[in-house]
Amino acid sequence: MTSDTDGDQTPRLELHGITKIYPSVIANEDVSLSVKRGEIHAVLGENGAGKSTLMKMIYGVTKADAGEMKWEGEVVQVENPAHARSLGIGMVFQHFSLFETLNVVENVALALPGNPDLKQLADQITEVSNRYGLPVDPGRLVHALSVGERQRVEIIRCLLQNPKLLIMDEPTSVLTPQAVRKLFDTLRQLADEGCSILYISHKLDEIQELCHVATVLRDGKVTGDCIPSEETPKSMASLMIGKELPVPEHSGSSEPGETRLQLNRLSKASDDPFGTSLEDIELEVRSGEILGIAGVSGNGQQELLYALSGEIPVNDADSIVICGTPSGRDLPDQRRGNGMGFVPEERLGRGAVPRMSLTENALLTAHRAGMLKRGMIQFDKIATFASKCIEDFNVKCGGAEHAANSLSGGNLQKFIMGREILLTPKLLVVAQPTWGVDVGAAAFIRQELIDLRNQGTAILVISEELEELFEISDRIAVIADGRISPAKKLADTNIDEIGVWMSGMWDQATPAEVVAHD
Amino acid sequence: MDSSILSSILFATIVAGTPLIIVALGQLIAEKSGVLNLGAEGMMAMGAIAGFAVTLHSGNPWLGVLAGMAAGIAMSFIFAVVVLTLMANQVASGLALSILGVGLSAFIGKPYESEILPTVGAIRIPLLADLPIIGDALFNQQALVYFSWALFAGITWFLYRSRPGLILRAVGESPSSAHSIGYHAIKIRYLATLFGGAMAGVGGAFLSVFYTPLWVEGMVSGRGWIAIALVVFATWRPFRVLVGAYLFGGVMVVQLFVQGSGLEINIPSQFLSALPYLATIVVLVIISRDQNTVRLNAPVSLGQPFRPEA
Amino acid sequence: MIRLEKRPEASQLMSYASPLIAIVLMLIGGLLLFAFLGKNPIEGFKVFFINPISDLYGVSELLLKATPLMLIAVGLAVGFRANVWNIGAEGQLIVGGIAASAVALYFYESEGIHILILMVIAGAIGGMLWAAIPAFLKTRFNTNEILVSLMLVYVAQLLVSWLVHGPMMDPDGFNFPQSRMFEDPALLPLLSDENRLNFAFVMAIGALLVGYVFMYRSFAGFQMQVAGYAKDAARYAGFSAKRMIWIGLLSGGGMAGLAGMSEVAGPMGQLTEHVSNNYGFAAIIVAFVARLNPVGIFFASLLMALLYLGGEQAQQYLALPSSISNVFQGMLLMFLLGSDVFINYRIRWKEATA
Repeated sequence: MTSDTDGDQTPRLELHGITKIYPSVIANEDVSLSVKRGEIHAVLGENGAGKSTLMKMIYGVTKADAGEMKWEGEVVQVENPAHARSLGIGMVFQHFSLFETLNVVENVALALPGNPDLKQLADQITEVSNRYGLPVDPGRLVHALSVGERQRVEIIRCLLQNPKLLIMDEPTSVLTPQAVRKLFDTLRQLADEGCSILYISHKLDEIQELCHVATVLRDGKVTGDCIPSEETPKSMASLMIGKELPVPEHSGSSEPGETRLQLNRLSKASDDPFGTSLEDIELEVRSGEILGIAGVSGNGQQELLYALSGEIPVNDADSIVICGTPSGRDLPDQRRGNGMGFVPEERLGRGAVPRMSLTENALLTAHRAGMLKRGMIQFDKIATFASKCIEDFNVKCGGAEHAANSLSGGNLQKFIMGREILLTPKLLVVAQPTWGVDVGAAAFIRQELIDLRNQGTAILVISEELEELFEISDRIAVIADGRISPAKKLADTNIDEIGVWMSGMWDQATPAEVVAHD
Repeated sequence: MDSSILSSILFATIVAGTPLIIVALGQLIAEKSGVLNLGAEGMMAMGAIAGFAVTLHSGNPWLGVLAGMAAGIAMSFIFAVVVLTLMANQVASGLALSILGVGLSAFIGKPYESEILPTVGAIRIPLLADLPIIGDALFNQQALVYFSWALFAGITWFLYRSRPGLILRAVGESPSSAHSIGYHAIKIRYLATLFGGAMAGVGGAFLSVFYTPLWVEGMVSGRGWIAIALVVFATWRPFRVLVGAYLFGGVMVVQLFVQGSGLEINIPSQFLSALPYLATIVVLVIISRDQNTVRLNAPVSLGQPFRPEA
Repeated sequence: MIRLEKRPEASQLMSYASPLIAIVLMLIGGLLLFAFLGKNPIEGFKVFFINPISDLYGVSELLLKATPLMLIAVGLAVGFRANVWNIGAEGQLIVGGIAASAVALYFYESEGIHILILMVIAGAIGGMLWAAIPAFLKTRFNTNEILVSLMLVYVAQLLVSWLVHGPMMDPDGFNFPQSRMFEDPALLPLLSDENRLNFAFVMAIGALLVGYVFMYRSFAGFQMQVAGYAKDAARYAGFSAKRMIWIGLLSGGGMAGLAGMSEVAGPMGQLTEHVSNNYGFAAIIVAFVARLNPVGIFFASLLMALLYLGGEQAQQYLALPSSISNVFQGMLLMFLLGSDVFINYRIRWKEATA
């Protein structure tokens, strides 16, 4: 099934000593790897290990500072993406490079050379999509497509140019477990036809299931090559992070207390024409429990969070009850007064002001904790608060006077989380707590959430990382297309069931259980 | 109403709307690439004085139009360097360009304040011009009026039928996505900005060479700003620019007719002169109430700086 | 080959140095302009920048011209910090001047300090009313405040033109488009008998102090800065965007109106069509060059006032149009915006890759 059957043994792609230096960080240092024909080659590493930078250099988006790239045995300097495509290299980006206001055909046309006839192109798209099991309607505007469909458009866009190498950058982070399996089928089909695939991921189980070979990156350097099927997740993890994967301690189930958050038929038409509307959302979160909400991104998570936080209030006050107070119409500030804390997904620009110091950023939400006197800021108090936050939550930074944008993602997340926790909320809403955060910080943050729950805080976590939710939640629910599933106790469900629910199919599944848990 | 009055109102409306069409369509292209240039007023002022001075010295109004275009390009180039290469705030830079252009044109134009240009004759299209009422208004016009129609047709085709137009729209929606599939977003934005400047210059030259035809400090009197408002009003669609420009042309002309008609209407002339500005505010309010249309059509990256990582 | 490279952290030093770089570039540009116009650059420089302030009277004139700029710029800066783009201060100044003049003319031939107090209040309220229009439309309909406030400049100019040609025209003024000259009770007291500098300067310094405390010490000022840096963060924290739009526009409008009052009750002593000398637009440049900081506004206003005086001198002694001031002003702002790139980027010299 792999390259053994191939007559020609020249590797399709070889990298030697690739180095890329940014002003503040070395993204890649002396990276070498080799990809054979028809090989699915994993590049494994945690967030910030330099995987994406390496791929962008192969695809010609950025240029290496040193090193050599060989394509089918010949030394090449990839000038730009168009050049890469003409060589036969295609790339599917993690954050898609599609244009929402254009339709599928136009999007595909933009990546093709010359001036293709759009009608013919539409037929070609249908043909490829049938052949590889990637259904998509060529005439639709991209903003109307689901995340999974968008990924299919990106893949089709690459396939139309008969690539010899396909780069997939974290392709499964936006898919349900079932869609992941389908994607793997497509990739295996491609590899069988001789196409090489570079598969970028930090998910060990996927790599074990799919990839023939893996190259592991840590801090921009290659720490090892391996055959995934011969390794254990543990051994690969230690290559990836230099130690074993930390697992948070969960003290098991305790009896949840009073209801701290209750949503009663919460509905909200999206203000954004590209957004998702919320429909009759019902859930409750009680003291001393973590409720996890899973879902594929773009299914209403943003809208739900805006409604919960009060950044976009809703008309019906009773549809959101925070600690017994109907709060639907309240602004974020008032909701904090009612006992809610909130950690948003975007750290820079929403949870914190990039250009302001950590002290000033503490003031952002902590101002109600006695930091003001007749409208004037009490700078000494706020500085004390910021220092305590830095200390208690192990935030690595130059000091409280440094700007938020000088911190790493993980440390800024710890600071924001710390700020909200120090305000002793009765209810904490957290979005994507460990998105883009290194493994160490992620473990720390998860442990903090569990400790907070043990102290009796009600916690709602919305995450696209299923594994994370299964690690920390007491109960779990799914959001799909603006509707929410019933919540299930962790012990009563499994990743497969939640995966099915992520495509919106909980009504048909097991009606009996729905009733039992409602 | 007397049909000859109707015909001449129509005629004057079309003439008054023409510079707005030219300038607004230029801005539309720039904005479609994601560049918001609030300097149209300054670019028009420079186009007006450059066009006037060159026409006066050369005696050739077409050289004047070219000079106006060159002045507009030069001004927009300054803007492009500041916002595209040096990544300055587009709003502030546009304001600066307006202040600079208005000031510089007044400075350069001082010696020309008492000069007058000969009127440039209209171009009559045989047969069509003989149609009743609309004949004269539509087909016995300044060449630049015909140019504005050609521009409209060309831009409509360019945006919605041509590949470069598709690329332009893509860059305007997401320069980073365009960059990642290999388009030179900055270069495309430069070209679009310069085109916007060129058209603002032509629009300015139209005012001083064909419309008035003389030079007075501050003669652009807000038309650059109205053109920018027009693009918003048109929700970035060329056809609506055309309609909107004639609507404004009509407002400007009606007040002139009322003032010039000798009718005993007891309205101070200043109130009538304020109509175009008030009308601008009214249409902006109307269109901004419809946020969905605005959001669906506005270039997503409008006004945002972009810099590809090295 | 020169290329820009992002700094790991924004440079504090450059954010202060960049206005100075812009001033130097403007001076170089000015010298080139003089040379291009066939004037001796050194002579031109002297006439433009040295002559106006070569004696004490000149300095007092500088402060007089700087006064409305300080008032308007500090008011605008409050809004600009929150990205509320009020660029119609010119119109707000005119309406403030009209309102103050109306009070002065209403109390014509009467006495008392209440006249001036009422004029100050009327001026500020007039400016605020004019600024309230874009504020209302922005908060209610999300209408672009840049275009609305600017359109209202033209409307205000036509309004004052109508008034001085009609209802407010001096009955004994031979049909000149201007109001009566105000009497002493409606004029701001002079600070000294030697020159024209008046009490408005004290008000301007007061406004800068209040502005400083508001911007750097008050929570409301902090909220506006957050909104300017990161709109989503302000919304996340629960700061009301509408309230900030109102504060931003009303402070700019009120201060511009006050500046209008200080002009009609100061150096002009009456209402004419030319209440403003482009102060409303020049103050925008002042606010930017000053980095929206009241201390900076003090110095930037002096610089801008010097450009005004220099323009007058150039007209008198170099036979250049006084609009050369606007050219300098425009250049200054353009250079500033351009050199600001070095706050976040630095230049790297790099050989072309082989």
